[in-house]
Amino acid sequence: MLKDYDVAVVGGGLLGSAIAWGLGRLGKKVVVLDEGDIAKRASRANFALVWVQSKGLGMPAYTGWTMRASETWGRLAAELKDQTGLDVALQQNGGFHLTLGENEFAQRAQLVTRMHNQVGAADYRMEMLSASEVKKMLPLIGPEVSGGSFCPWDGHVNSLRTFRAFHTGLKLFGIEYFPERPVSAIARRGGEFQLSTAQGEIHAGKVVLSAGNANQSLAPMVGLSAPMGPTRGQIVVTERTMPFLPHPLTTIRQTDEGTVMIGDSKEDQLDDRTLNHAVSAVMADRAQRTFPHLARLNVVRTWSGIRVMPQDGFPIYDQSESAPGAFVTCCHSGVTLASNHAFEIARMVAAGALEPELVGAFSARRFDANHAATGSGYY
Amino acid sequence: MNTTARRDSYDVVVIGAGPAGLAAAATAAEAGLSTLLLDENAGPGGQVWRAIASTPVTKRDHLGADYWAGAELVEAVRSSGAEIIQRATVWSLDKHLEIGVSVGGASFFVKARRVILATGALERPFPIPGWTLPGVMTAGAAQTMLKSSGLVPDGPTVIAGQGPLLWLLAAQILRLGGRIDRILDTTERRNYLAALPHAFAFMTSPYFAKGFALMRQVRAKVPVVSGVTELAAAGDGELATVTYLSGSRRETVPAELLLLHQGVVPNVNLAMAVGIEHRWDELQLCWSPVLDRDCNTSVEGIAIAGDGAGIGGAEAAIVRGRIAARAAVEALAPAAAFKLAPMATFRASLVKAERGRIFLDTLFRPAPQFRIPSDDTIVCRCEEVSAKDILDAVAIGATGPNQLKAYRRTGMGPCQGRLCGLTVTELMAQARGKTPQEIGYYRLRAPVKPITLAELAAVPKTDADVNAVVRG
Amino acid sequence: MFKRSDQDSRRSVHIVVDGAAVAAREGDTVSAALLASGRDVRRATAVSGAPRLPYCMMGVCFDCLVTIDGVGNRQGCLVPVAEGMQIEIQKGKREIGR
Repeated sequence: MLKDYDVAVVGGGLLGSAIAWGLGRLGKKVVVLDEGDIAKRASRANFALVWVQSKGLGMPAYTGWTMRASETWGRLAAELKDQTGLDVALQQNGGFHLTLGENEFAQRAQLVTRMHNQVGAADYRMEMLSASEVKKMLPLIGPEVSGGSFCPWDGHVNSLRTFRAFHTGLKLFGIEYFPERPVSAIARRGGEFQLSTAQGEIHAGKVVLSAGNANQSLAPMVGLSAPMGPTRGQIVVTERTMPFLPHPLTTIRQTDEGTVMIGDSKEDQLDDRTLNHAVSAVMADRAQRTFPHLARLNVVRTWSGIRVMPQDGFPIYDQSESAPGAFVTCCHSGVTLASNHAFEIARMVAAGALEPELVGAFSARRFDANHAATGSGYY
Repeated sequence: MNTTARRDSYDVVVIGAGPAGLAAAATAAEAGLSTLLLDENAGPGGQVWRAIASTPVTKRDHLGADYWAGAELVEAVRSSGAEIIQRATVWSLDKHLEIGVSVGGASFFVKARRVILATGALERPFPIPGWTLPGVMTAGAAQTMLKSSGLVPDGPTVIAGQGPLLWLLAAQILRLGGRIDRILDTTERRNYLAALPHAFAFMTSPYFAKGFALMRQVRAKVPVVSGVTELAAAGDGELATVTYLSGSRRETVPAELLLLHQGVVPNVNLAMAVGIEHRWDELQLCWSPVLDRDCNTSVEGIAIAGDGAGIGGAEAAIVRGRIAARAAVEALAPAAAFKLAPMATFRASLVKAERGRIFLDTLFRPAPQFRIPSDDTIVCRCEEVSAKDILDAVAIGATGPNQLKAYRRTGMGPCQGRLCGLTVTELMAQARGKTPQEIGYYRLRAPVKPITLAELAAVPKTDADVNAVVRG
Repeated sequence: MFKRSDQDSRRSVHIVVDGAAVAAREGDTVSAALLASGRDVRRATAVSGAPRLPYCMMGVCFDCLVTIDGVGNRQGCLVPVAEGMQIEIQKGKREIGR
């Protein structure tokens, strides 16, 4: 049977669209299959950091992978701008994790030390700064801020515009995007993949699973596994204000549009239709203690989203042995790693094999034996 | 004036002090239930009886008998024992019937055994070219200013659109000595034919005589252009002209003020944020909650009365408020229900109050070109997103209002979709060849009205809540 | 654009709009007082800077946003005037801390 597409990407969020865009850039014939208007959309609920500091405790390879993404994000932003005219507002002038009170400062300092001591991890120059040092760079911090860690590699981006730029680019590359077409089954027959959807079968030479937490059920269809451990996060957003925050923080950032995003919680509850106001209140309270001027801003929206989270917090990139040409990709940091997905993962998928020296550490086989490190994909 | 609730929990909390809310609160309190009435305005009355306790308009016939009819109900609530808090913004309501209320920049929570939402209606978006220009307002806005501050237009003024409110407003402006240069009637000619089968019921309804008297009064003083099929506002930084097409005649008139109106639609934000099921109403062209005959919603313990339950007008709103309240009394204190009129009486009154409604809905069903804009016309006023922007997003894969947010930020501004939601749904439905029901609506969440960060920060929290946020 | 009815016998309330004294009436909302003042009270939006005036006057459109007594982005149509109230027409985004 004729293959309709070189590659079928399952999932049209930031991860799937970055890979599809990268494949389109290499001239591949690609289809993206996605869900509809109401779905658990981690890519639309994210915090939009392009973030390096504290990533990789427990898995040094993740540190290097994250730094590579940070280094190539500028090229991705430039290519998207050239192709689509959309400025994704990438800003990489360093970011903070600020602490309130002495205990938090000591705890953060300990983490920084552990990161530095980790053998084999790239050095990303994360350092602790005192409150007075922070104040030089962020003059509006409040008296409760005890200091924090700073990493010059950190930054943020307009993630919704990035999403739109990818999708605009997909169209320009001639890639077919089919929303409202969830995949119910995948089979490999006669050297191609057949993906079943309610609207008919899709045929492709290769398949990339980028369906977020749904990868857990899709991966076994092609002899792969993707053990996920999703959590819920809440975010609070204010009205637009004049620029006041020159650097992003782990939990507070000002978007290029002027709104202030305040994150984020980590809850076991997995219903993204409800909200816990008390949790939002903790976030709001910490934000106004960090920047007292925020207190009078109006909150225009709050939402909860379900994080895509492999069980140990680190990404999963894997290829199937029993069904060659099938790949699974899952990660929490779809914004930070977008450039890696667009450039590196797309290249490897096009070539037909993942490159062990770059992503070997991220195979899901790490979950097989009982040696799985748990740790710090996400802080 | 009350600024906080006297108790932590009530039998019944009514949200909105328009006709439905006042009737519901009075009924519940008269039966002896502990009742709290929360309202966002400075005084009771909602939009229909806006400023009824404070209007500077002293000549009673200038506002009309229907307006003053509200005074009795306001008095009934005040003497009923219901607690009333004005200038209270309800920003959150959940399935546990816990209500987040903001008054004067501080929030508190109250619990209810029953909630009656009486959040009423708002004017249907009227997205024509130039509708964001200074000087373009809703007819309801002008009426609010007239009732609460005795203000009337005094420069070149055009009123455009259709529906009973438009004629009432015009008559009120003229009685108070205001200026109207022209009325542009956008009622579709084919609607007259469609409405004809319902005309008998209408002619025997109270609307009929009142409506025609108003139209006669207005037509005697103001040129009325009917059959208007195109409408645009223009000006450099403020309204300067209004251009319209009637038949084959295109005309541009100077204007400083353009008042737009094409009916009202339920204000669904709070109800949808709780997760109450709504359906697209094909006749009224809006979302209406799915209700049983006692006004109960799909969420246990929450009822909706008044225009928020589907547009029915003030008379029907009062009756639906009483039905919802009586149902609450029957559930919470059955023995007290004897103090109230029987449900059957209310239901009979409702039938009477709703007579003629289908005729009005059919006759004043807004034309597609005034609901579904094209090209550069702004759809989302907050984020300044045009119809073309939305169609572009559909072309690259946006399937519905929620995905559209990711592509274009529609509905993400402070109005939270109130002024663009219906337009977005209908525009996407048309572009995708689907029904509005299939396209759906924004997924709404608290806060349904903005509150300050400090207010949110003051919400009580536990160690578990803190642990869900703080990490090394 | 708007004039006051001669039936209106409410007490005057004095407010200050961008430094200038304006006579409002007791019970006016800030937006009504501004529209009745005859002054240019157009705000500029936070998105494009486009000029706007109040649209709905009932608390739903947020086109009446204004700085009241030093606090930005208040809904002028929901706030009654008070003697001595300081109003500033807001041009563009609100500034942090006000």
